[in-house]
Amino acid sequence: MNLPPVFHDWFAARGWSVHPHQQDMLDRADAASLLLIAPTGGGKTLAGFLPTLAELADGGHDGLHTLYVSPLKALAADIKRNLRTPIDEMGLPIRVEDRTGDTTATAKKRQRADPPHILLTTPESLALLTSYEDAPRMFAGLQRIVVDEIHALAESKRGDQLMLALSRLQAMCPNLRRVGLSATVEDPAAIAHGLACHPDPCEILYADPGPDPDIAMLVTRERPPWSGGNARHAIPAVLEQVKQHKTTLIFHNTRAQAELFFHNLWLANDTDLPIGIHHGSLDRAQREKVESAMVRGDLRAIVCTGSLDLGIDWGDVDLVIQIGAPKNVKRLIQRIGRANHRYNAPSKALLVPANRFEVVECVAALEAARAHDLDGDPKGAGPRDVLCQHILIRACAGPFDADDLFTEVQTVGAFSSLTRAEFDDCLDFCATGGYALRAYDRWKRLLLRDGLWYLRDPRAARDIRMNIGTIQDADRLKVRLKGGFKPLGEVEEAFAAQLTKGDTFLIGGEIVRYEGLREVSVEVTRRADKPPKIATFMGTKFATSTQLSQRVLRMFQQDDWPQLPGHTSDWLHMQRRVSKLPEADRILVESFPHNDRAHTCFYGFAGRNAQQTLGLLLTKRMEEEDLDPLGFVATDYATLVWGLNPVTDPAPLFVRDAMLDGFNDWLGGNAVMKRTFRASATIAGLIQRNLPQARKSGRQATFSSDILYDTLAKYDPDHLMLQITREEALRGLVDFGRIEEMLTRTAGRVDHVTLNRPTPLAAPMLLEMGRIPIKGAGAERLMEDTAAQLMRDAGLADL
Amino acid sequence: MNAYTLTFCDTTLRALASGALWWPDQRLLCVSDLHLCKSDRVARRSGQMLPPYETRETLARLAADITACDPTTVICLGDSFDDLLAAETLSAEDAGSLTAMQAGRQWIWIEGNHDPGPVEFGGTHLAAYHCGPLVFRHIATAQPGEVSGHYHPKYAIPGAGSARPCFLFDRRRLILPAFGAYTGGLRATDPVLAALFDRPCAVLTGRRAIAVPVTPSTRPVPPGRLRGSRP
Repeated sequence: MNLPPVFHDWFAARGWSVHPHQQDMLDRADAASLLLIAPTGGGKTLAGFLPTLAELADGGHDGLHTLYVSPLKALAADIKRNLRTPIDEMGLPIRVEDRTGDTTATAKKRQRADPPHILLTTPESLALLTSYEDAPRMFAGLQRIVVDEIHALAESKRGDQLMLALSRLQAMCPNLRRVGLSATVEDPAAIAHGLACHPDPCEILYADPGPDPDIAMLVTRERPPWSGGNARHAIPAVLEQVKQHKTTLIFHNTRAQAELFFHNLWLANDTDLPIGIHHGSLDRAQREKVESAMVRGDLRAIVCTGSLDLGIDWGDVDLVIQIGAPKNVKRLIQRIGRANHRYNAPSKALLVPANRFEVVECVAALEAARAHDLDGDPKGAGPRDVLCQHILIRACAGPFDADDLFTEVQTVGAFSSLTRAEFDDCLDFCATGGYALRAYDRWKRLLLRDGLWYLRDPRAARDIRMNIGTIQDADRLKVRLKGGFKPLGEVEEAFAAQLTKGDTFLIGGEIVRYEGLREVSVEVTRRADKPPKIATFMGTKFATSTQLSQRVLRMFQQDDWPQLPGHTSDWLHMQRRVSKLPEADRILVESFPHNDRAHTCFYGFAGRNAQQTLGLLLTKRMEEEDLDPLGFVATDYATLVWGLNPVTDPAPLFVRDAMLDGFNDWLGGNAVMKRTFRASATIAGLIQRNLPQARKSGRQATFSSDILYDTLAKYDPDHLMLQITREEALRGLVDFGRIEEMLTRTAGRVDHVTLNRPTPLAAPMLLEMGRIPIKGAGAERLMEDTAAQLMRDAGLADL
Repeated sequence: MNAYTLTFCDTTLRALASGALWWPDQRLLCVSDLHLCKSDRVARRSGQMLPPYETRETLARLAADITACDPTTVICLGDSFDDLLAAETLSAEDAGSLTAMQAGRQWIWIEGNHDPGPVEFGGTHLAAYHCGPLVFRHIATAQPGEVSGHYHPKYAIPGAGSARPCFLFDRRRLILPAFGAYTGGLRATDPVLAALFDRPCAVLTGRRAIAVPVTPSTRPVPPGRLRGSRP
C-alpha cells in the first residue's frame, strides 16, 4: 500500500522519512494478523496507525474503522493527543475518540449510537462494549484492531480477556484484521500465537532494534550493605548522575522501596534539584501532576516503579537507573528503552545493586542483556476463570448457542487446546454454580431454551457488567488528610491494619501520622515528628526469573570472578573456602547454630515466592519430625529456617511425594491459597466485586470468602473453582511450579554442610526483613497467654 | 470439649469453643443465628450461587455439640433459617438430621427477625423463653439476665491474631456469636454493640474458647467481605 501524497508532504515538511518497518506495515495492511516487534521510541504506534490513516484519508468510510486497545487509560489519552497532530495538520476527515473508565456517561452513550472512525480503549472497556445487545450494530464495518504494548497484556489475564473479546468481534466482523505492537520480547512467536485468529498464521515484523544500550553497574564509593533493599549507600552517586543528565528515571521494584529512596534522596538533595515520585499507589491527581511536570521538562528525575514501564512519551529521558537487582532481564531491557527516544542513539542505563548478593545478580543481568538473552516463563493454557466471565458477558449480549461459542473460543490461541468438556464445565458453572450438589434448579443463572442459552433474569446483566475485568485491587484503602477530601494515595488494608494511632509512614514522599480509620479511608495528619515506619504496601513483588537464577548459579562455578568488584568476589571466595557455592543440579543445605537457635539455610534458587512456599512446606515437614521450627525467612535464592533442634539429615525433607502431599493437604489451608481463590472466584463471578448497593450497609451480614473456600474444600473438593485455584497456585504467589522445577533439576542430590557459625552466603539472610513465624500450637498458646494477662490486668480473671 | 466457664446472673455457664452456650445445671444447649438455607435465599434475591453446603456444615457442627453434651433442652435463639421461604427448601437429608437431633429433647425455636413465624419442623415456637434467672430472646432489650443473639459479635485481641466470632457479656447481658457457617460478624467495638455493654468481656471461639476483656480500638474492617443479606 502506498501513502497518499498528502502524507509524503507532511513527512517531508517535518524533515521525516517513513521508517522501513512503517513501510512494511503499509505493505502488509491486508494481512489478517500482523505483529510488529520494535524497541521503545521506534515510531511503533504510528506504524500501527499509518495504514488506518491512509485508508480513511478519502473520507469514504462511515462508522467505526479501527479499534485501538492499550493497557493504560493514560496511554489511550496520550495516543489521542499524538494522533491529533497528523490528522489536523493534514486536514484528514477522521474522528478519533477515547473510551475508558474515565469517559462520561453521555459521551459513552453517544459513542455507541454514533461511533468515531478510530476508538481508543482498554481491554475492560472493550469487553463491556461487547456485552451490549447492540454491539453488532456498533462494530459493523470495523476493519482493524490495533493492540498496543501487547507484550505487557500478554503477561496477564487482561490479555486473555482481550483475546476472547476479539474472538467475539471477529464473529461479528469476519474481515477484521489484527495488528499487535510489542516491545522486544524473548518469544515473539508466543505473542503472535496469542494474537492470531487460531489456527491462522501471524506474520512477525521486526523493526531495526537500534544500537545496543549502554548499560553498566554504578560504582559507588561506599560498599553495598549485606542485606536490605533501600540502596541508601548509592544516594550521593545517584544524585551526581542526576546532575550530569537532563532527565533521569529511577526505577524501583516495589513502591515501598521507591518511597523510602525518594525520602532519602530529598534529605541529601542539597542543591534542590526538582525530583518527583510516581507509582501506582499514588492518587491519580498526584500522578497526573508529576506526569505533566515531566512532559514540560520541569523535572530532573523521577523516582518510579513499574507504573512508568509502558510506552507513554515522557519527554527527553537520557538516563535510566535501576535500583535493586532487575529480577528479570526482559523487563530491564524494556525499562532501559525508556531512555533516549531518538531512534538511533543508544539508551543509557545504570544498575545499582542494593546489597552484596544483588551485585552478583546485577552482573549476571548485564551479561544476559549484552548477550540478548531474554527470559520469560512459558504461559499456561487460557485461564478458565476468565472464560467463565466471558461466557457471562456473552450471555448479557443476548441468547447464544453453546456450539458457536465453543468454536469462537477455540480461535483464541490461549484457548485453542480447550476441550469441550472443559468448556462445558465452565458453562455449567455459569448456569448452575457447577456444584456436585445440584441445589439451584430454581435459580439458575442461565437457562437453555430451544437450543439457546439465556440469562434467567435479564436484570442480572447489570451485575455482570459491573464485575467485568480481571484486575484485583480490592484490598486498598484510600489515605486522606484529616478534614481534607483529596486522597494522597492508597495503602494495602493489611498494612493499615498494623497501624496504631501515632504511627508514621511515607506516602507520596511525605511523612504522615496515622490518626485513625474513617469509614473506608485512612485518616492522617502531616505532623511529621517521628522517623517514618516503612510503608510495606507491596506493589508487585517480582521473583527473580528462572533464567537469571541459572545464570547466577553458572557464575558461581567460575574459578575466579574478575567481573565482580573485589569486595564481592572476596565474599564468594570465602564462602567456597568455608563451605561450598551452590550448584544448579544439587541443593546446598547449611546448618549452623546462631543466637542459641539451630539454623538451616536451603539454597533452592527458585525465586522469592517459591522459596517462601518452600519455607512453609519445609517447616511443616520439620514439625512432623519434631525439629520444632520457630520461623523462617525467604529471599530469591534461599530459605533460612530456625528452630529448637538442629537438622541432621535434610535429604528426606525434599522427598517429592511428601512435598506434593504437603502442598495438597496443608498448603490448601494456607492464606495465600485463599487469596488466590478469592481472585479467581471474583473473576469467574462467584463473588461479586461491585454490587449496586452501598458497601456500608449491613456489615455484620458480610462474611469472608475464606469461608467459601473452606466449605468447598470440605464438601466439593473437585469443584471448578478449586481446580482453577490449584492451577493458579503453580504460578504467582504460591509458585509451586518452580519448586517442582527445583526438585526435578536436583533429583534428590542434597549436599549438607554443618558448621559452628553462619557461612558468608547465609549471614546476610540473618539480617533480612520479613521473618515469618510458624503458627503451630505455639501461636494459639501465645494468644491464650496474652488474653489471660489482659484478663488479670483488667481484674476480670475470676469472672 | 473446649469451653470457658463463666458466671452470669448467678448461673454457671460454659461458652463452648464451637460458639454454642451450655448450661450444665439445666442440661440446656443454646445456639444462635444458624441462618440455615442462606445460600438459597442469596440465590433467589441476588442470583449469586454460593456453594450450597452451609446448611449441612452448620447442622454437622450442631450435631457434634449435641452428641458431646446430650442436652435435654435445645434452644435455637432466632434467625435459625435465613427466611421462611428458604426453610421450605431444606433437603430431605438435612431435615432428617434435624429430626434425629430433636428426638427425645425439648426443642425451642425462638423467633428471629429473619424467621418471625413458625416453620414446619418439630419443636416449640416462642418469642422468648424464661428459665430461672435467665431469659432467652433473639434481640437484646433492657431486661437483665438476658441471653440473646442477632448481632453476630466478633473480636480480635489487639496484636494477637485476626477477629473471631465471640460471646460478649457483662453483668446484665450475654450475646451469643452466630453459629451458622455463612455468617459474618460485627466488631465488639462497633458503637452499636458498645452501647449495649458496660466493660464487656469477650470469649473468642474457634479451636479454643479464649476469654479477653474488650478494649476500644480503631482497627479497619478486614478485606474480602462478601455482602449477603441483612441480619
